[in-house]
Amino acid sequence: MNFPTPRYTGPAIAAHWVIAALILVAFPLGVYMHDLPLSPTKLKLYSYHKWIGITVLLLFVPRILWRITHRPPAPLPMPAWQHRIAEGTHHLLYLLMFLVPLSGWLMSSAKGFQVVYFGVLPLPDLVGKSEELGDLLKEVHEALNFGLLTLVGLHVAGALKHVIIDKDGTLRRMLPFAK
Amino acid sequence: MKIRTLTLTAAVLMAGTAHAVEFNQVDAAKSSLAFSSKQMGVPVPGSFKRFTSHIAFDPAKPTAASTTLEIDLASIDAGSKDANDEVVGKQWFNVKAFPTAKFVSTGVKALGGNRYEALGKMTIKGQTRDVVAPFTFKQEGASGVFDGAFVLKRMDYNIGEGPWADVSAVANEIEIKFHVVANAATKK
Ligand code: HEM
Repeated sequence: MNFPTPRYTGPAIAAHWVIAALILVAFPLGVYMHDLPLSPTKLKLYSYHKWIGITVLLLFVPRILWRITHRPPAPLPMPAWQHRIAEGTHHLLYLLMFLVPLSGWLMSSAKGFQVVYFGVLPLPDLVGKSEELGDLLKEVHEALNFGLLTLVGLHVAGALKHVIIDKDGTLRRMLPFAK
Repeated sequence: MKIRTLTLTAAVLMAGTAHAVEFNQVDAAKSSLAFSSKQMGVPVPGSFKRFTSHIAFDPAKPTAASTTLEIDLASIDAGSKDANDEVVGKQWFNVKAFPTAKFVSTGVKALGGNRYEALGKMTIKGQTRDVVAPFTFKQEGASGVFDGAFVLKRMDYNIGEGPWADVSAVANEIEIKFHVVANAATKK
């Protein structure tokens, strides 16, 4: 195997890892912050959480456009069912990457708290203030996050399987600076 | 009944000419007291549901006007249940020790047109400060409508102590907006 493994494009790799890092910060922050008693710290953490999440939502747009216009490299040899699971996971990850922050934004609007990006750029409220809707969207945000956690777990397990068991170059295709 | 209607009509008719009208019957149901705080740059609206106010305002003699306002602080709606529970507590309004806030005017200035300025003393949580509240006055039938807004610095009154003194989380400036409807009565 001397010819180089086909790799993801630079922008695809960059978007993958930047969004992954942001989600890996937003997720534990969300879990940690929501049980805190009301305090200035809580207000700050909520804001940071929202800003990170909105950043994911913003980056999602160019990422999905890039993905639609650039085919990923052809898969390395693997059983068809594995490939189907991998691809299905990727598609659902794209869906949740969009729905998780969107549900957060919707919840914030419904709870009567406008999202002001980085404390300076007011974003429009997506829905009017409503307690019931706010509580419902909170459940939705939680449930979608549970789904996201499950998918990320599956995704990471799959990547590790390729490294440890198959010892193929699947992960390297997505690693920055790898050959 | 007839006589009262007549007097009222007469009063309204005379308002523009004979300066015999004073707006001094506050209609609590039509009046409102709202505020807006900024949390991490996010404007969060709130209001006080219960307050009593007295007004005596004769548009012909605005400088003789006077007003008092007493706010039942426990009637606050600060935007969410969490916030409502928090702001009545010791570090914020401490409503157990200081159940009401009070504004007493010391004078009114005419700024020209329908614009005025109420000067007075605001007392919250045991702290008294001078306040200047610009407002407009509009006559609608037999009612006088007062609309005004001013900015109050919460730290002047120790509203938000301890960790809440951090004005980078909740800004020091709180915008207060009042809308008071008062009906006219003829002067004695
Ligand atoms: C990548 C994007 C995001 C991820 C991974 C994420 C993750 C989470 C997680 C795991 C929780 C805790 C759920 C729970 O256990 O109750 C949470 C809570 C929360 N999230 Fe997000 N979130 C994201 C985006 C957003 C956005 C964009 C907003 C708003 C603009 C937002 C607003 C909130 C709020 C307000 C809570 C607290 C709910 C409550 O308990 O009151 N999130 N988030």
